[in-house]
Amino acid sequence: MTSFSNMALYALTVQQPSATQQAISGDFTGTNKQQILTANGSRLAILEVSRRHKGFKEIFSQHVFGIIRHIEKFRLAGATKDLIAITTDSGRMVTYEYLPDEQKLKTLHYETFGKSGIRRVIPGEYLAVDPKGRAIMVASIEKNKLVYILTRSGQTDISISSPLEAHKPQTLVYYLIGLDVGYDNPVFAALELDFSQSDQDSSGQAYNEVEKELVYYELDLGLNHVVRKWSETVDRTSNMLFRVPGGPDMPSGVLCCGEDNISYRRIYNNASEVQRLAIPRREGATEDPNRKRIIVAGTVYTLKGGEFFYLLQTDDGDAFKVTFDAPGGDVNNIKIKYFDTLPIASSICLLKAGFVYCACESGDRILYELESLGEETDDPVFESSQFPADPLAPYDPPFFRPRPLTNLTAVEKIASMNPIMDMEVANLTMEDAPQIHTVCGTGARSTFRTTRNALDVLDLIESQLPAQATSVWTTKLTAEDEYDTLIVLSLLSATLVLKIGEDVDEATNAGFITDTTTLGVQQFGEYGVIQIHSRGVRHIHGVQFPNNDAAGEHGELTDWHTPPHRTIVACASNNRQVAIALSSGEIYYFECDSDGGLAKADEEISLDCPVNCLAIPDVPEGSIRAFFMAVGCGDQTCRVFNLSPDMSGEILRSVSLLALSAQPSDISISYMYDKSPRGHSQYLHVGLRSGIYIRSNLDEMTGEAYSTRRRFLGPSPVRFTRVIAAGEPAILAITSRPWLSYTDPRTGTFATTPLNYTPFDSAWSFESAQFKGVICIRGDGLRIFALDSIADNTTHETIPLKYTPRKLVGFHEQQVYYVVESDNNTMDPKTIDLLRDQLNNGAKNEDGDLVMNGDVANGHHPSDELPPVEFGHPKAPGRWASCIQVIDPINEKAVVNTVELERNQCAVSAALVAFESRSDEVFLAVGVATDLSFTPTYTYKSGSIHLYKVLDDGRRLEFYHETELSAPPLALLAFKGKLVAGVGRDLVLFDCGMKSVLRKAQAVNCAATRIVDLKTQGSRLIASDQQHSITYVVHKDLIHPNRLIPFVEDTVARWTTCTDMVDYDTVVGGDKFGNLWMVRCPSKVSEASDETEDGQHLIQDRAFLAGAPNRLDLVMHYFANDIPVSIQKTSLIAGGEKVIFWAGLQGTLGALIPFASRRSFKMFQQLELALRTEDKPISGRDHLAFRSYYIPVKSVIDGDLIERFLVVSRDKKESIVARMEGNWDLAEVEEQIWNMRGLYAF
Amino acid sequence: MADKLRAQQQLESLQARYVGTGHADTTKFEWTSNIARDSLSSYIGHPPMLQYMSIGLGQPKEKTRIMLLERMIQPVGQPPEPQD
Repeated sequence: MTSFSNMALYALTVQQPSATQQAISGDFTGTNKQQILTANGSRLAILEVSRRHKGFKEIFSQHVFGIIRHIEKFRLAGATKDLIAITTDSGRMVTYEYLPDEQKLKTLHYETFGKSGIRRVIPGEYLAVDPKGRAIMVASIEKNKLVYILTRSGQTDISISSPLEAHKPQTLVYYLIGLDVGYDNPVFAALELDFSQSDQDSSGQAYNEVEKELVYYELDLGLNHVVRKWSETVDRTSNMLFRVPGGPDMPSGVLCCGEDNISYRRIYNNASEVQRLAIPRREGATEDPNRKRIIVAGTVYTLKGGEFFYLLQTDDGDAFKVTFDAPGGDVNNIKIKYFDTLPIASSICLLKAGFVYCACESGDRILYELESLGEETDDPVFESSQFPADPLAPYDPPFFRPRPLTNLTAVEKIASMNPIMDMEVANLTMEDAPQIHTVCGTGARSTFRTTRNALDVLDLIESQLPAQATSVWTTKLTAEDEYDTLIVLSLLSATLVLKIGEDVDEATNAGFITDTTTLGVQQFGEYGVIQIHSRGVRHIHGVQFPNNDAAGEHGELTDWHTPPHRTIVACASNNRQVAIALSSGEIYYFECDSDGGLAKADEEISLDCPVNCLAIPDVPEGSIRAFFMAVGCGDQTCRVFNLSPDMSGEILRSVSLLALSAQPSDISISYMYDKSPRGHSQYLHVGLRSGIYIRSNLDEMTGEAYSTRRRFLGPSPVRFTRVIAAGEPAILAITSRPWLSYTDPRTGTFATTPLNYTPFDSAWSFESAQFKGVICIRGDGLRIFALDSIADNTTHETIPLKYTPRKLVGFHEQQVYYVVESDNNTMDPKTIDLLRDQLNNGAKNEDGDLVMNGDVANGHHPSDELPPVEFGHPKAPGRWASCIQVIDPINEKAVVNTVELERNQCAVSAALVAFESRSDEVFLAVGVATDLSFTPTYTYKSGSIHLYKVLDDGRRLEFYHETELSAPPLALLAFKGKLVAGVGRDLVLFDCGMKSVLRKAQAVNCAATRIVDLKTQGSRLIASDQQHSITYVVHKDLIHPNRLIPFVEDTVARWTTCTDMVDYDTVVGGDKFGNLWMVRCPSKVSEASDETEDGQHLIQDRAFLAGAPNRLDLVMHYFANDIPVSIQKTSLIAGGEKVIFWAGLQGTLGALIPFASRRSFKMFQQLELALRTEDKPISGRDHLAFRSYYIPVKSVIDGDLIERFLVVSRDKKESIVARMEGNWDLAEVEEQIWNMRGLYAF
Repeated sequence: MADKLRAQQQLESLQARYVGTGHADTTKFEWTSNIARDSLSSYIGHPPMLQYMSIGLGQPKEKTRIMLLERMIQPVGQPPEPQD
């Protein structure tokens, strides 16, 4: 017996995560160019950087369905390309070769070494390779280390040995690298800490004396075993190692970085040989001169001829260049010099082409170009001879002054939402589709972003026309012309012909009939141009502009007139064929005869319904005519006729018919690139008056339409123009706004995306010597734009914010957003001003040291005015900087107001409340915590609610009053004209008073830990607990005092981050472990909760297991590998159904789409099952296990896996479909997959 | 008897392979230390979780990683006095 859950969802990723776990540079294609391999979330991607593209191009991207922990490259001796090794949570060592032609990763090795999952003793946290590609070491955080030996067998095969163990129990590993030892036995260096003594010693002395060791492991290739070769005690704070180039005349060894410490160390070195540098500290009024820095990221770069240097980044973001003075491989001295300040990165890649790729921890990823290697700047250079090797010995700390970028210039940014802190989908501007509003980023790099599903276009020209125009065409003069010469505009009752030259002028004597409305213009035959107007067709022979000005001359004019009392209603043409439809229902067909004239065919089509539109494709290469003509008829059909003689030699015979749901408004036939074996196919595009767009494949032999996709584009009739977008043929569909229908360059599938452009009435492609684009008109405005990039189907508008945003609150009526922001360990502006004033007044700084004061005395200007966006806010341990910002994303596109919080307060929550008791006056309630600290545990001094009066159309906030509470209110919500707050464990209902908010009701100990989120529908409140999932609470307001009664809670401890109510009984939410789940209240419990007005029986109910009396049922569960921070039930596209939309911390945007029919659900279920085995995740992780990471996946089909179906080979597709039950064919399955994305999301 | 011996051997091999496998004399300190170390290594190993904590603390991921690693040395305080 099979049982079905009554709810099933399709999980789709709308935007891939953009948080980079790691990025490395290497030559993965074997073309002697460098690419960047990045691991973002669960995706591996290869980026190509080149001057030709002026930046990045993603050449490959694949979901590995595993948690990527570390990536590394290796190259075997003599090989020409780098291979990839990754560790994930699969418990396997997997290596790949990237095949650039097939655009796929070929798995080379697939070695299981342990349990799956991320565990303390299962290797995978660290991965290191021998630079010569002879061995790979994987290590876990504690104890385990495995070494694999790679050997080459034959020309191409690389064999891998069974793992050699180098375990050491009760030892923590901090970092692991492979040393560069040339062709000696491979050596790995690890930073280790043995805690076995401290675990035994109850006096605590051993704990205080634990030592960190730098351990060298040698793999003896002859004996085939690993030995712990040598170890030495290093600085206790050491956290990172960098490889020092080795080999003949090279030093080899490691750079060991720790707090205020960069030391050069080598195997078997004496203490006297260690060279140490202290990390220079920032100077300035707001800097604590005693604060020590650590290195958080860096890279080594080897120049031609063996010179090398390091770029190391501190936790402030300052990058330093470290160089070696090592003649003949003996390190005499190392030097450090300030290079530039970059945003804090998880990885920095230095490319041979002179680019620096900075995979920022937060915000956009940036590509810099190297202007110089930092030798010319006059920043101070510090040498290791200045510092003692022992970091505990006294020394003068080095200082430098940060300055704007000098050695680098930012070239390009990859927009990155990582980390998303909050999100709301809303349609503030009443466009067709809602916009996604997110607050992203951390610290001074925080932004407010408005994201739309649209393609960015490049606006080129905008000009005014003398009169209103209805249509526009461009045309060449002869078939050989490369560029368009004429622009023909159809005005209301006239035609205007413009000549494109140096300027665009009205062409005279071009042979066109100018006092009529034009229906079509076409370059015809070798030298002719035809103009189709309502009364006939004019054929102009040999138009020329001999003087290159607007005065033209032309040859013979041939006019063909319509039969009396009939007019032309529709026309279609290409270079050799013309078809016209008359008002009487006939369609006449013309071809180009041998001398370039119009020859009317004897056959004609006579239809008993009006003709709305016609379409003839361009003449295919190598043919003399196009084969088919499509006719859109008034009887809601689209008919296809043949234009080339069929077997019996006849033309204009109806070959196929497509029934439509409304009258067609326009038709077009075009060739577009796709994944068919030939690389392109013929497509029929039909636009309906109802705003629906239909695309079908049109068989080139039979004229049959198949594999149809439908999509609603907008509420007005759809019209088409064939254009070129990013070098590929595409179709511009014009309805209430312009859309582009094209082939997605990444997946090779069909895509329709609106353009981020003003609506227009008519458009035509435009090619000139300067640019290729699209010319369009609206009223009397003429614009030209170009479609350069179709890779990204979203556009962003970015508004910078001050601190890390915590909560986003929208005031939709006034089109503004309120963002509460706070930054931990950051100095507030008041202190900054105070310190600067002190410095400027010459007062001695508290910990003032000589260097700093000396500089001030020398008349140095304090460089603190450096923009925090690049240099970060000044740090202050334990302090908070926090503010509330008002954002106008529509008109001003900027922050319009900022309210700073003082006294070490930080805003933790916000809500917009219209208090009923104040005649619905709107207030912004902000939950504030004082002296909040997270380490070692959550502590605070006090909490309060600030009320701000919302003034000036929501754009100004006026402080109203503050109410002290027992705990910080982490959740606030407007509820029945009052304010409900989660104060610690309690749920409290407040009304607005004169001097404070007044408590009206409360549920004491409503949640188990603390309430972090609240949602409501009717009288029901959903309180989310930080650790213990959600509790449903009912509000009984008809008794005095009001009651808030928790009545049902969850069975599983979910560390809830966000929730939304899907319906009155059902809640969807996300937790900190990266799960999405949905729970439902049993209907009886739900009914009972609303039964009585006083809730007496709810209070009497017996508590179940020390909680609420009832429990929720789990409806859905899914592991997303990103922490959902906001979730919302909304529709995403115009006319789309509602979906559950969620935003993840790492920049993921995803949708959960409900299945409409059981049939399609069963199809997807079978498909998912088949793909799990047929297209196994390349990480080696079992797909089902990955999606069931914490709790078994329930009622969710993984759309990301399903979409892999679109890219597998055709035989595999067919074999999968053939095995499915339910009579599916391949086209239907592909359509279903497309529909799930196309009709619900984008 | 052979079964018992075998079970004992299996348990010992498990204990050697998987840190944290308990035995009859596991103390509270050992047990809680294990749990805490498992949790901490999980926080380090899951990139989104490490990022989430780093944002809360307003510091780079690397700093949080070191902080958590340091905490793994003695996660639940000093070991108890040996009791004989």
